[in-house]
Amino acid sequence: MPRLSARDATLLLLLAALVALPLLLPSSFHLRVASLVWIQALAAVGLNLLMGLAGQVSLGHAGFFGIGAYAVALGPRHLGLDPLLAAVVGLVGAAGLALLVGRPILRLRGHYLAVATLGLGVLVWLVLNSEVELTGGPDGIQVPRLVLFGMRVAGAESWYWISGTALLLGVWLALNLEDSPLGRALRALHDSEVAARVAGIDVARAKLVVFVIAAAYAALAGSLLALFNRFVTPQVADFLHSIELVSMVVIGGLGSASGAIVGAAILTVLPQALTVFHEYEQAVLGLLIILFMIFLRQGIVPGLASLTWRRAAA
Amino acid sequence: MSAPAIAAEDIRISFGGVRALDGISFAARAGEVFSIIGPNGAGKTTLFNIVSGLYRPERGRIFLEGEDVTAFPPHRLAARGLCRTFQNLQIFFRMTAIENVMVGRHVHEQRGLVPALLRLPSVLRQNRATRARAHELLAFVGLATRADDPAAALPYGALKRLEIARALAAEPRVLLLDEPAAGCNAVETEEIDRLIAAIAERGTAVVLVEHDMKLVMRVSNRILVLNHGRMLAEGSPAEVRANPEVVAAYLGRHAAGVAHAAS
Repeated sequence: MPRLSARDATLLLLLAALVALPLLLPSSFHLRVASLVWIQALAAVGLNLLMGLAGQVSLGHAGFFGIGAYAVALGPRHLGLDPLLAAVVGLVGAAGLALLVGRPILRLRGHYLAVATLGLGVLVWLVLNSEVELTGGPDGIQVPRLVLFGMRVAGAESWYWISGTALLLGVWLALNLEDSPLGRALRALHDSEVAARVAGIDVARAKLVVFVIAAAYAALAGSLLALFNRFVTPQVADFLHSIELVSMVVIGGLGSASGAIVGAAILTVLPQALTVFHEYEQAVLGLLIILFMIFLRQGIVPGLASLTWRRAAA
Repeated sequence: MSAPAIAAEDIRISFGGVRALDGISFAARAGEVFSIIGPNGAGKTTLFNIVSGLYRPERGRIFLEGEDVTAFPPHRLAARGLCRTFQNLQIFFRMTAIENVMVGRHVHEQRGLVPALLRLPSVLRQNRATRARAHELLAFVGLATRADDPAAALPYGALKRLEIARALAAEPRVLLLDEPAAGCNAVETEEIDRLIAAIAERGTAVVLVEHDMKLVMRVSNRILVLNHGRMLAEGSPAEVRANPEVVAAYLGRHAAGVAHAAS
């Protein structure tokens, strides 16, 4: 029997977790937390393509997330769009914005993308926050119910399966991309841009493509979150959320799709579990992140993988 | 007679007011090993950087098989059949040896985004073909047994050959090798020697920058000598060796006089 590839193992493990969790989780509250994890993980898996594979940092990724979230709130309200169609519009809009912003920036080497996306994220948040007439401002806005195949989606269990399926699909696409000429090109330019260029890779274009893809992932995750919560505030697009997304990818393990999911799970579940610490909740969370980074520098998944591998070899 | 595989005409470039290269011209034909030598700081690597599209010359033209490719970006040159290696290794250290070589196949691969995302059978077929070709090239440079090792785990001499394999994966008609034997021991140097001869034999024009004079004299068909950014001499290994100005540039005026008196 041929050995299971890391790629197939990741997909099988995710599928198993997806099927097993509803049997293990005692209440619909837990299912809702799990759905939140899948949704955040979807954004993190996309961001991991940009950060983990290509080594480019986006500090404004919540901006794209916010565009997706508000598309499903504003599209139906102002344009009479079906929520599903509005999500597609949001995805295309976020991808288009990424293309527009990324094109001039990604020709440059270095930390320009991080700074430019930081500005972009703030800009999106500012618009969502201050265009009260249009977006409802800081108080947020209602989101209509998702209608799938003529059925109105309600209940924790439906949302669990929708968000889980979206994540599984997102991971599948991401792993496919990794094992393709573009995936190899991205990993190559991460290590040496000059060698990648000489090998025939259009570095600026490759970076632009993956930036646009990462933005699309974030927008879709944003739409799902807004539809799931039936409500959205500008917080989804704020700087803190951008940093959260980056942290998920780094804590879980740069370059590992399963790492991005683990990172998303930790940063989504931990705050719920840490409420016992009351006002020290944030401090404990920060401390845990520091400890993870000190003891598993490559991130949780690659770090544990190499630990067990070393133990098995010894 | 057909156009040379690679030709440079009257190249000039300056850095901060200092002329690094001035009036450099050369041409190498398919199947030829053309070496560029000169003391440190003569401008050899700078010339490579211009020919491979990393620097833009102030004056002069580069022709690839007769086509003017001056100031083309490196990835377009690679698509047209020009590849290079680097003096200070540029390896993709987070990838395995074979993945490094697979990246070299980039210009020959179908790179459609949608087929890649959906993992269509055509993409899988292509991945298999790319891997098979990369395996052949690793075998050619003597690294077949290290294919799945992380590149970071390979010793220096192996990395030098890995870079050559990666460059060959693009099936270049012109290959620029920047000090392929630097830091290699005698056995490794002999291996590089054999590789260069084999590559040229397949009809590739090999342009070589190298400090190991024994290697240069053995493998080169013709040699260009640079000194202080200018052309000092050009000719066969025997001609260059006998040129008193070349000896002077390398060993100093006095030694040149001695060498002349001795001959």
